[in-house]
Amino acid sequence: MLDKDINAFERVKLARHPDRPYTLDYIETIFEDFVELKGDRRFADDPAMVCGFARFHGLSVGVIGQQKGRDTKQRRHRNFGMPKPEGYRKAMRVMNLAEKFNRPIFSFIDTPGAYPGIDAEERGQAEAIANNLLEMAKLDVRVIVTIIGEGGSGGALGIGIGDRVLMLENAIYSVISPEGCAAILWKDASQSSLAAEALGLTANNLQRLGIVDEVVMEPGAGAHTSHLEAAKLLDQALWKNLESLKAVTPAELQARRYSKLRAIGQ
Amino acid sequence: MTWFRKKGQKIEVVPADERVVKTEGVFRKCPECDAALFKKDLEESLQVCPPCGHHFRIGARERLAILYDNADYEELDAEVISNDPLNFVDTKPYPQRLEQAKRSTGLPEAIINARGKINGHTVYAGAMDFSFLGGSMGSAVGEKVTRLVERAIKERAAVITITSSGGARMQEGTLSLLQMAKVSAALAQLDKSRLPFISILTDPTTGGVTASFAMLGDVIIAEPKALIGFAGPRVIEQTIRQKLPKDFQRSEFLLEHGMLDAVVDRREMRPLIVKLLEFMVNPEINAPLLDVDINFAGGQNGYNAKTAATLLKEQPSEATVPGSKSPADK
Repeated sequence: MLDKDINAFERVKLARHPDRPYTLDYIETIFEDFVELKGDRRFADDPAMVCGFARFHGLSVGVIGQQKGRDTKQRRHRNFGMPKPEGYRKAMRVMNLAEKFNRPIFSFIDTPGAYPGIDAEERGQAEAIANNLLEMAKLDVRVIVTIIGEGGSGGALGIGIGDRVLMLENAIYSVISPEGCAAILWKDASQSSLAAEALGLTANNLQRLGIVDEVVMEPGAGAHTSHLEAAKLLDQALWKNLESLKAVTPAELQARRYSKLRAIGQ
Repeated sequence: MTWFRKKGQKIEVVPADERVVKTEGVFRKCPECDAALFKKDLEESLQVCPPCGHHFRIGARERLAILYDNADYEELDAEVISNDPLNFVDTKPYPQRLEQAKRSTGLPEAIINARGKINGHTVYAGAMDFSFLGGSMGSAVGEKVTRLVERAIKERAAVITITSSGGARMQEGTLSLLQMAKVSAALAQLDKSRLPFISILTDPTTGGVTASFAMLGDVIIAEPKALIGFAGPRVIEQTIRQKLPKDFQRSEFLLEHGMLDAVVDRREMRPLIVKLLEFMVNPEINAPLLDVDINFAGGQNGYNAKTAATLLKEQPSEATVPGSKSPADK
């Protein structure tokens, strides 16, 4: 259950906990027959984004998500979960395939942010994310988004438009990292605890603001304490939310998606 | 004068045509790891070297047999064969080359069209064979791929192509080139119909085949270490006058560069295709039914087809063929 005593910055630490389950951990436990699809057909495959087809409670579904590494080697390979433009383009390609074959999409967000590097800029990081925002708004299949760890700014939002947005109890979702915010506004990175509080980046806060539809509980002191238990809770939430949209027509999905986004910050 | 005289043949000579090395045809050497492979074992491992995983090239019919349920499929469009629209002669006349290719391979063309079931799903598959004029795409190959796609649209089935090709067929000139456009246009119709297209690339897939249908799959899979590219390595080397790195244009290189969805061992191919079809075949989809005319007319331009009557008989569901007038009337 939500522990009111945990402050925002402690949640930030939990969201970044090195033992926290990552996208592939959830894919392994919640889904079956996962087939990974690679490449943006343009420039490269981005290991920071995993995409593919899978089975969820017997249904064929598309799955996309950012992937962090567990050890140093993996972290480098996954670029610390920071996708480059090719990652966003790959995700969109796979989402379009899911749409073509009328399969719902599950998106899992866990990134410190989109990769801020020279090569990413050269290939149009901003365009890649912007294009995803536009295209995801137009998808005519059900999209369930879950923020499972770090929801780092535009890098998170780039796969974050959906019909239902879930967020794990100890996940965070923010326009900037607390450290970054403190460095800019407080001119002092050590003030990140203050910044975390001020940014209101916790699941509860965001639910209140209508940005998140549902907060998914984590076992014990956090998802890292039991991957299996965390997956079970998430599985139930995903299934319930997918079922709740069963009867909604594609046109209605799009209309609801728009009006929901339209109301944010009004 | 000789000191010694042979009084008779002491050793019986085996007649030349009966002289055989007993191990011949039993073993095959792997070019990668030099292992001597028992041919039976090699067959069981689908012509993949068991110790090192080297993929031997295999023929179109073997490929189809691996893919389909119980290796069971129906061959289609065998009567579509190239003629010689340009009266092309290089060191040999083109018809002579065609004849030779037919004889040596036992294939009618560089691609075999088939219809059958994969895990119960109807799939139209076309498998190319490199041993037939380098798997080149002339008018007949282009026509066959197009028919495959149109048939799939009509029956709302999936399409799989297995490519192995040097590219467009030079001997049919620009007609070959435009087959790239023709098959791509057909695939655009398939895409609109929201039907699956899986492209499997095998060693080697280059030129006009890569630059058209091979790279247009909803999902693109390659066998390990297959040469895949647009310009072949020799052409590139001669143009830029540089030696190319060893892994350049190999499957793994392409995967890293975002061009492929997966690189898969031949022995794992069928199970993967089964999984993909589970996702991609969705009978609930109500796509606008495109009115594709599958009254294939025997073209004057580069390929021959038998008669329309034979073709119509081969239609899987004759009743759904629209306006089944004989194209021979044209």
